[in-house]
Amino acid sequence: MAIKLSEIVKKTDHLAGGHRLCPGCGASIAVRQILLAAPENSHIVVSGATSCLAVSTAIYPYNAWRVSFIHSAFENAAATISGAETAYRALKKQGKINKDTYFVVFAGDGGTYDIGFQALSGMLERGHRALYVCYNNEAYMNTGIQRSGATQLGTWTTTSPHGEKSSGKAENRKDLTAIAAAHNIPYVAQAGIHNWRDTFTKAQKAFQTDGATLINILAPCQRGWRYPMEKTIEITKLATETCIWPLYEVEDGIWRLTQKIRNKKPIREYLELQGRFSHLFKPENEGVIDQLQAFIDKQYERLLERCGEK
Amino acid sequence: MQRTVALVGTDAVAEAMRQINPDVVPAYPITPQTSIVETFSQMVADGAVNTEMINVESEHSAMSAAIGAAASGARVMTATSSQGLALMWEILYIASGLRLPIVMTNVNRTLSSPVNIHCDHSDSMGARDSGWIQLYSENAQEAYDNILQAIRIAEHKDVLLPVMVMMDGFIISHSIDRLDLIDDEAAGKFIGTHKLENSLLDDQNPTSWGSFDGLHGYYFEVKRAQAEGMKNAPAAIKQIGEEYGRISGRPYSFFETYKMDDADLALIALGSAAGTMKAAVDELRAKGVRAGLLKLRMYRPFPSKELAAALSHVSTVAVFDRSDTLAGELGGPVFVETRSSFYDAEKRPLIQNFIYGLGGRDLNVDLILQAVASIKSNNLVTYLGVRE
Repeated sequence: MAIKLSEIVKKTDHLAGGHRLCPGCGASIAVRQILLAAPENSHIVVSGATSCLAVSTAIYPYNAWRVSFIHSAFENAAATISGAETAYRALKKQGKINKDTYFVVFAGDGGTYDIGFQALSGMLERGHRALYVCYNNEAYMNTGIQRSGATQLGTWTTTSPHGEKSSGKAENRKDLTAIAAAHNIPYVAQAGIHNWRDTFTKAQKAFQTDGATLINILAPCQRGWRYPMEKTIEITKLATETCIWPLYEVEDGIWRLTQKIRNKKPIREYLELQGRFSHLFKPENEGVIDQLQAFIDKQYERLLERCGEK
Repeated sequence: MQRTVALVGTDAVAEAMRQINPDVVPAYPITPQTSIVETFSQMVADGAVNTEMINVESEHSAMSAAIGAAASGARVMTATSSQGLALMWEILYIASGLRLPIVMTNVNRTLSSPVNIHCDHSDSMGARDSGWIQLYSENAQEAYDNILQAIRIAEHKDVLLPVMVMMDGFIISHSIDRLDLIDDEAAGKFIGTHKLENSLLDDQNPTSWGSFDGLHGYYFEVKRAQAEGMKNAPAAIKQIGEEYGRISGRPYSFFETYKMDDADLALIALGSAAGTMKAAVDELRAKGVRAGLLKLRMYRPFPSKELAAALSHVSTVAVFDRSDTLAGELGGPVFVETRSSFYDAEKRPLIQNFIYGLGGRDLNVDLILQAVASIKSNNLVTYLGVRE
């Protein structure tokens, strides 16, 4: 369906201003883009994992959510939404409620790739009609920049520091989006906050899907990535253009690139803008950038094959 | 009209759940609780209830889903044992902190290590400070009765706390027992309907649950309010126990006393051991020992004043604990709390602790008699029936 920016801007944001997230934070952009795609005149229930987002948007007695919101713990946002969605079906079946209601999880990469992985897998396997959104900033930012399963090779974090015997994180990130797709759920997508039209379209599809869906959206953290706050969108755009974060979707098992990259930029262009990678440009860490580039190339080739692009 | 049946304990619980017909049951299998969710799953499959089950991937998610469902206004029940309860530990506190009236059966089984599937109370005792009300059952009848009452207690407006109903693993859960079931209509009328204030599903009034207490500091006040709910619980438990007595002929209170009126020696126990203890009391009395039993039903909140008053006339108290605090010379948890209850008493009895039955070690009448015979002033804590 046609997406008109002139129409979207007239809609009420479901996340109000005045929350305590940092300037330049990718999380609130992700939340607003996704929730704006929810069907009109519907009710929304959000389950938030413990995260920067949860602790900055619902600080008692204040609250930035114009929809219902529940935070329980770190690793159980998917299980919590499973309960809410099931309660909805149970009460609707009995005629106690009838409002169209949509269920959404917002969790960071730590709450998704690592500690919340089991609950997420359970939610996807059971097929709850809920959209799980991982707002991915590639580390535990709420506790002060620690490495997660989403952190890329060579990244400096406070638990993968560089030093005489370390060049930053020694391992590649896991491929959470593909893992979600391996659950054979009807809709999975990888998105980035720089491409609002793409994100909006993906969220619309997810909301219209009768089953479990997942969007893994890159949402940079200027504090943790060490770049000037006004560069959030520019850096996300570069992540896609260098193919370290390609945008695609898996709809009923069909893989499709949603932002085609004509000329893949070298990963150096992305890395050099961010302080978390500055050590990689020193002679003692030579080779790590090449390793990362090789990993990105291999992953991207595989993605192109899956998407029928080669 | 009541119906007399022969059921194993897990089926008695499932039968209570059928009569309650909860909206949502998230559950995960674990021995010896599994039979409850198996029987209940069949009830769902047969259309005997309207319940939506969630076959979660862990107990942690069972309690998390219970929270999501309960905050959405559903009546929610679940069941677990042992390691399952331990895995829920983090989320138990969130359920009570959010004041969600979830009802859970815990089929008591010991905690690893070593791994052992048999009964002791180390699982539920680990949750005794989690803000849940805890009721213990002597037999299948009490487990069934407690489950029905637990719904009313949890949802009572002055309480609003989750309730855990305990039943000894295998001893009750897997043994056939004779019990009376109240009819479906009476059960339905007794439990009534549930309406949650501030449901997540209220589209006219979106709500926020589990906010961050970051800048202004309301945590202490929230906990103080929660403590008030627990303080209100005894009155509600008593009133609901009396009301249940009127429809079933089986009234309930904080504890049951057996031959305590003229007793000089009181035995205290939780759960299935109470049946064996009644037999031991009879034998002791036949030998001229004025023994009696106080069987604790309500362990959380702890009926401290009432317990001290009920035992004010005895010279000796033998507290039988089916778990240990593993805290040096302190003894078992029931012992610690019983002793504390007598701190302000005018006359303090001699109180001794017998830790028994860990990992399912059998407790028989002879062992109880042996314990009673061993009571002396300088022997605070004894491990009963252990191979030293």
